[in-house]
Amino acid sequence: MNRYPLWKYAIIVLALCVGSIYTLPNFFGEAPAVQISPGKASIKVDVSTQARVEQALQAANIQPELVALEGGSLKVRFDNTDTQLKAKDAIQHALVPDVNDPSYVVALNLLARSPAWLTALNAAPMYLGLDLRGGVHFMLQVDMPAALDKKAESLAGDLRSSLREKNVRHNGISRNGQKIDIRFHDNETLVAAQRVIQEQFADLQTTSAADGAEFKLTANINPVAAKRVQEQAIKQNITTLHNRINELGVAEPVIQQQGADRIVVQLPGVQDTAKAKDILGRTATLEIRLVDESTEARSAESGNGVVPFGDERFLDRNGQAVVVKKQVILTGENLTDAQPGFDNQTQEAAVHLTLDAKGARIFKDVTRENINKRMAILLFEKGKGEVVTAPVIRSEIGGGRVQISGRMSTAEANDTSLLLRAGSLAAPMEIIEERTIGPSLGAENIAKGFNSVTWGFVAVTGFMCVYYMLFGMFSSISLAINLLLLVAVLSMMQATLTLPGMAAMALVLGMAIDANVLINERVREELRNGASPQSAIHAGYDRAWATILDSNVTTLIAGLALLAFGSGPVRGFAVVHCLGILTSMFSAVFFSRGLVNLWYGRQKKLKGVSIGTVWRANSGA
Amino acid sequence: MEFFKIRKDIPFMKNAIVFNAISFITFLAAVFFLFSRGLHLSVEFTGGTLMEVSYSQAADLNQVRGQIAKLGLSDVQVQNFGTARDVMIRMPAIKGQSSAQQSEQVLSALKDTDANVQLRRTEFVGPQVGDELAVDGLKALAFVVVGIMLYLAVRFEWKFAVAAIIANLHDVVIILGFFAFFQWEFSLPVLAAVLAVLGYSVNESVVIFDRIRENFRRYRKMNTVEIIDNAITSTISRTIITHGCTQLMVLSMLLFGGATLHYFALALTIGILFGIYSSVFVAAAIAMWLGIRREDLIKSTAVVKTEGQPDDPNSGAVV
Repeated sequence: MNRYPLWKYAIIVLALCVGSIYTLPNFFGEAPAVQISPGKASIKVDVSTQARVEQALQAANIQPELVALEGGSLKVRFDNTDTQLKAKDAIQHALVPDVNDPSYVVALNLLARSPAWLTALNAAPMYLGLDLRGGVHFMLQVDMPAALDKKAESLAGDLRSSLREKNVRHNGISRNGQKIDIRFHDNETLVAAQRVIQEQFADLQTTSAADGAEFKLTANINPVAAKRVQEQAIKQNITTLHNRINELGVAEPVIQQQGADRIVVQLPGVQDTAKAKDILGRTATLEIRLVDESTEARSAESGNGVVPFGDERFLDRNGQAVVVKKQVILTGENLTDAQPGFDNQTQEAAVHLTLDAKGARIFKDVTRENINKRMAILLFEKGKGEVVTAPVIRSEIGGGRVQISGRMSTAEANDTSLLLRAGSLAAPMEIIEERTIGPSLGAENIAKGFNSVTWGFVAVTGFMCVYYMLFGMFSSISLAINLLLLVAVLSMMQATLTLPGMAAMALVLGMAIDANVLINERVREELRNGASPQSAIHAGYDRAWATILDSNVTTLIAGLALLAFGSGPVRGFAVVHCLGILTSMFSAVFFSRGLVNLWYGRQKKLKGVSIGTVWRANSGA
Repeated sequence: MEFFKIRKDIPFMKNAIVFNAISFITFLAAVFFLFSRGLHLSVEFTGGTLMEVSYSQAADLNQVRGQIAKLGLSDVQVQNFGTARDVMIRMPAIKGQSSAQQSEQVLSALKDTDANVQLRRTEFVGPQVGDELAVDGLKALAFVVVGIMLYLAVRFEWKFAVAAIIANLHDVVIILGFFAFFQWEFSLPVLAAVLAVLGYSVNESVVIFDRIRENFRRYRKMNTVEIIDNAITSTISRTIITHGCTQLMVLSMLLFGGATLHYFALALTIGILFGIYSSVFVAAAIAMWLGIRREDLIKSTAVVKTEGQPDDPNSGAVV
């Protein structure tokens, strides 16, 4: 009765093999490495870069352990941190002559030391959280009202041109927060305007009201559109953050959306929070506006005379003043891409912009009406505007593909396109949570977590073996298998391991032994009641199962609640906790039964089992 | 080896009133301290900046306090963290000043007197996040309570569900009471520990309830009190051993886990100790007073059976 069919053993062996393979990479640890990635879009890290790096290292008398080119970046592994730091300096010196204009990002990183065959199986070590490896964690809140304000502003501009096109005369359009107020002389024009809005602006909903002698139409962004605006804003901000962080030179940054309006940024290994924050917090936004070509504006540009009403004065990158109109034609939102390249005819360096459909339409209209006038592309950072470029419009440009060229070097074209791409945040962001963990603290935390698990494990298994003898040994082996499977699953999922996660690991081991205690106590009780050894084992496992299931379900409910509502450290705890409960069901019941069956199952005339003292009050129950 | 050589069923239920009085008094004390002292919430909940700095020798806390006071920051807490060389500084969030400015200011002030001071960790949490975490924590608690009650009500009977949840919520309140009384820092990991303990000590009640159900079927002549006594007596060895093992793990965290895991492990310890007490003495007694009867459980077995769990009517779930 206590025998497993072959397929059950097959499952156990398979689980053990898979578990061991995926746990294995965690034992090799990580080695210090230097990662070289391209700092500009036009630059590629390839074999020639590798040769340069190797040369530089040779010149500095440094012997790397491994040089690997993967996924567009070069990773060089060293045997200790000192060589790593020396090597970084040497490589930096060789590849990046000008610190202010880095063409390569040279960053310190850690690289798994696991052999190639494991990597080929996709077996990688667990991903360590920031509290274990050190680094910076930010949570940024996207200012959604600002994004909506901006949307309203650009819609107001669109509305203005649409009404002009349709010859609907109004007394003025103004934006009031997220509302657009349009005033009219009479009700008919109001109705006409309302029709235009209904036909052309699906994003707006209108309400009309008499306002003194005038008629007022208020247009609101409807909820569906507002939601879309917010989604786009957060997506664009994430893309922008990606670009900026690349600039910072972090080996493995994490940038994720959290909830509707939050972004989590994790920069492992970064210690200079101030710089990181500086770069992240740059609230740059991109705007395209027309340059005011009137004489007053001209004189204001040269420094004499006031800036005309409805205009603003900005400086370009060379310090030249440009007076532009306040009305925004396009924002960074409408710009889908910017790439450096060359003019097809003149072979001059150029920047190619791609606009989205709406941007293309507006751009076509604006360029048609303003041929031979200038258009400025402005970048706003920390509330300060700067003219990136102010080219002259040569002809009507349709189709959304725009080329900016003239008096530009290839490097300038590169920079401009990078700025245009990286520069635009759809909405300002604010840091609402920040965590910095020093690298020494990270290493200490690993040691603490590891020691907790190890000593706890030793104490529990020691006790089990003494108290339940051979059955305790089986329980201990099952517990070890539980740990193995848990680590394997975490490695497979590439879940992030944190200190609370390690605590959960220890706790879940402490709880998982419960199942074995239940089983062993039950077997003892059956023996006490006079059952034969074989039937006692059988009944013990069978009857304990329902209780084990019940108790695991209640624990799992708590784990799931933590997973659903927890954030940050609690989530790390919950993931390990839940997975640990699931693996414990396999190891404590299925696997340990397998061990017992293997040991005792074949003995037909089993006299007794080694499960410690079976104490009887009298004789029998 | 066998620790538990019990010849006769221990009459737990005879003294139920005493046990319940004890736990009721503890509970009231916990509630009293919760209200009078309140929880010492970590920056995660209150919002603010936390810095952990490390000196090369034992740090002079008064000097550190003086330096920070010079910066004009108010309501700053300075305390040792783990060792005498490590200092933890907590500051409330200041409007219009980013945490980076705040922490850099403090660090540079500290560096003025001792250049060897090292920033080990900073944490900044905006006030909006803190409120949210508190709300999420309560939501999680509600989810656990409702989830466990539903499960127990389906698997056993509503009286057991009510008894188990009262017993274990009383544990939670007592843990919180300890944190309020000693003014230990209540952080997110502690919250996780509290909820984990809630799920864990419900196990305990489940095991006893399972046994009560089994006894109702097996011993037709016993009355409810005897059945409960027998159930508790025959599961007590498993209860103590299981909790002992879990406690061994937690103890190892308490000893080796360092300052970060200290309160986490402490919450677990209190939870485990009171978990034994409450599920053994409180849960069963409440179930008794709610008037569990043989018929309740026989009926519930029928429910379980129709759900497709092939249970031998004589076996059921047992320890």
